[in-house]
Amino acid sequence: MSVPLKFHYIVSGGDFTSAGNASVQAKKALRQLGFDPETIRRVSIAMYEGEINMVIHADGGTADIIVYPDYIEIILADKGPGIPDVELAMQAGYSTAPDNIRSLGFGAGMGLPNMKRYTDDMQIDTVVGEGTTITMRVNT
Amino acid sequence: MGDKHNQSAYNHSVSLDLNKCKGCTHCLKRCPTEAIRIRNGHAVIRNERCIDCGECIRICPHQAKKALYDRLEDFKDYKWKIALPAPALYGQFDNLDDLDYVVSGLLKCGFDDVFEVARAAELVSEYTRQYLQREDVPKPVISSACPVVVRLISVRFPYLLDNVLPVLPPVELAARMAKEEAMRKHPELREEDICALFISPCPAKVSYVRNPLGTAESKIDGVLAIRDVYFKLVGAMKGIECPELSSETGLIGVSWAGTGGESSALLNDKYLAADGIENVIKVLDEIEKENFAGLEFIELNACNGGCVGGALNVENPYIAKARLQNLRRYLPVAKSRLAAKDREAEERMLWDAKVAYSPVMQLDADRGEAMRKMQKIQTISKCFSQIDCGSCGAPTCNALAEDIVRGEASEDDCIIEMRRQIHAIYDHLGKIVHETYAPPAADKETKE
Ligand SMILES: Nc1ncnc2c1ncn2[C@@H]1O[C@H](COP(=O)(O)OP(=O)(O)OP(=O)(O)O)[C@@H](O)[C@H]1O
Ligand code: SF4
Ligand SMILES: [Mg+2]
Repeated sequence: MSVPLKFHYIVSGGDFTSAGNASVQAKKALRQLGFDPETIRRVSIAMYEGEINMVIHADGGTADIIVYPDYIEIILADKGPGIPDVELAMQAGYSTAPDNIRSLGFGAGMGLPNMKRYTDDMQIDTVVGEGTTITMRVNT
Repeated sequence: MGDKHNQSAYNHSVSLDLNKCKGCTHCLKRCPTEAIRIRNGHAVIRNERCIDCGECIRICPHQAKKALYDRLEDFKDYKWKIALPAPALYGQFDNLDDLDYVVSGLLKCGFDDVFEVARAAELVSEYTRQYLQREDVPKPVISSACPVVVRLISVRFPYLLDNVLPVLPPVELAARMAKEEAMRKHPELREEDICALFISPCPAKVSYVRNPLGTAESKIDGVLAIRDVYFKLVGAMKGIECPELSSETGLIGVSWAGTGGESSALLNDKYLAADGIENVIKVLDEIEKENFAGLEFIELNACNGGCVGGALNVENPYIAKARLQNLRRYLPVAKSRLAAKDREAEERMLWDAKVAYSPVMQLDADRGEAMRKMQKIQTISKCFSQIDCGSCGAPTCNALAEDIVRGEASEDDCIIEMRRQIHAIYDHLGKIVHETYAPPAADKETKE
């Protein structure tokens, strides 16, 4: 395969209530490509968590899905505040989410741990004041 | 199904099976508006007081009270049948991990189209967020989605009517949007070819359609019960391998199925959410006393747990709620949005008829006369035991006193009173017998 298939999504940060729609688009595309339900589930959960994080914590960003012959790569990039202590942020239960979205079920501090759990590899590149890029891989 | 004996079956959604009703006092005691009396050995519902909460249906140990609703077969003459599934429907299924199965399943069950009520709910949420920003509206704003609550406010809490969110309930909005969408997509259809059928968690919506609130005429053509559609739907869903991506429901829309969902969608933590008709009444009493300073929004649901607790569901409300919790996890926050500056769309959401105070609890239209009656009630009521046994056919001693003053009952209906009278007669008879036959000596002894 020469050029891998790519999907590019813009995640706008302005409006919290539109968060999560890019992952639905990605899920639709992967279904059309005939991936098995488990793979689709893992990719869409990982992307969903990252997408929501970009909206809540980083005022939006971009999401890319790249389909390689034996794995799917998810790249979430934002120009937000960055994560000062990645190890702490990765801990289950750690959250700086604002109160007004907690009653909707967000802010459990489970997003990053879930992204790690549902993918085969995850890298976080973050610079405080510049932004965060998270690259994940799901083997197919 | 029309039960001619029972007038209430006509306007309301509850019918009574006279053969099954034993005239016991369960429903009598349970009714939050004291709308039930036992007359001639069976329950009678006073139409004007009934708010369709469904409590009597739930409590009746003899299953004599039945909810009335429509069936899909009744609508076979329509060219285009649109299902309007309530968010609560999604909580009824075991192991469901994707709402698309439900939507695809409905299309296999004889519906031509599906318009999820959750879509309209998300729009109502967005509108409410804006409404709460306004300075000119009385706070706290009270949700208008549950028809039982709105009806209750209109009969018992008239001072709070201005606080009620003047927005059509999501299902009404859904029916209107669904019909417009169908005619846009299928220009050959005319409005009379289309029917919008709500798949409902509660009988209260049946009654809402017959006596709409906030609008002159409902665009909902029929109300089916979740539990009626359920079994066929489960079968249809089983055969679906990979459903189309067809559900338009977001996290906010699903959340509307349970208490707290509507509130959490406001992204504003100054809210109170309560459920169960008795709690609802308590909360309204407190708001009327202005006891909740600082609250912006009050969400009230007549059923325990919210709409998942409606009497027409299949599953236990708390199990359904737990399932929804799971289902909504990876849904986008909302899928439906109000188009920016779309005044027309916003206006369409608003009430087009005011909900007015209906003074069914009032003793008399004339204040002076009402006060005289109240005094009489107090005097009569004082004579009763206050044990509220219900044997007279009224829920409380005070309610019997009220019925007497209204000319609908008499003091002889009270068995305690009756017993006292019988005792008095016995005593009196006893005395006569005594005086006539007792030996004079005995009389002397006691005197000494
Ligand atoms: N893209 C990001 N930019 C800046 N900070 C982030 C970003 N993603 C995560 N964080 C920080 O890491 C914390 C943990 O993230 P995580 O997704 O695990 O939990 P959460 O988003 O707070 O809650 P949940 O995901 O359970 O709703 C966040 O609270 C936030 O402080
Ligand atoms: S809470 Fe929901 S299900 Fe219960 S009566 Fe109100 S609208 Fe119907
Ligand atoms: Mg998160």
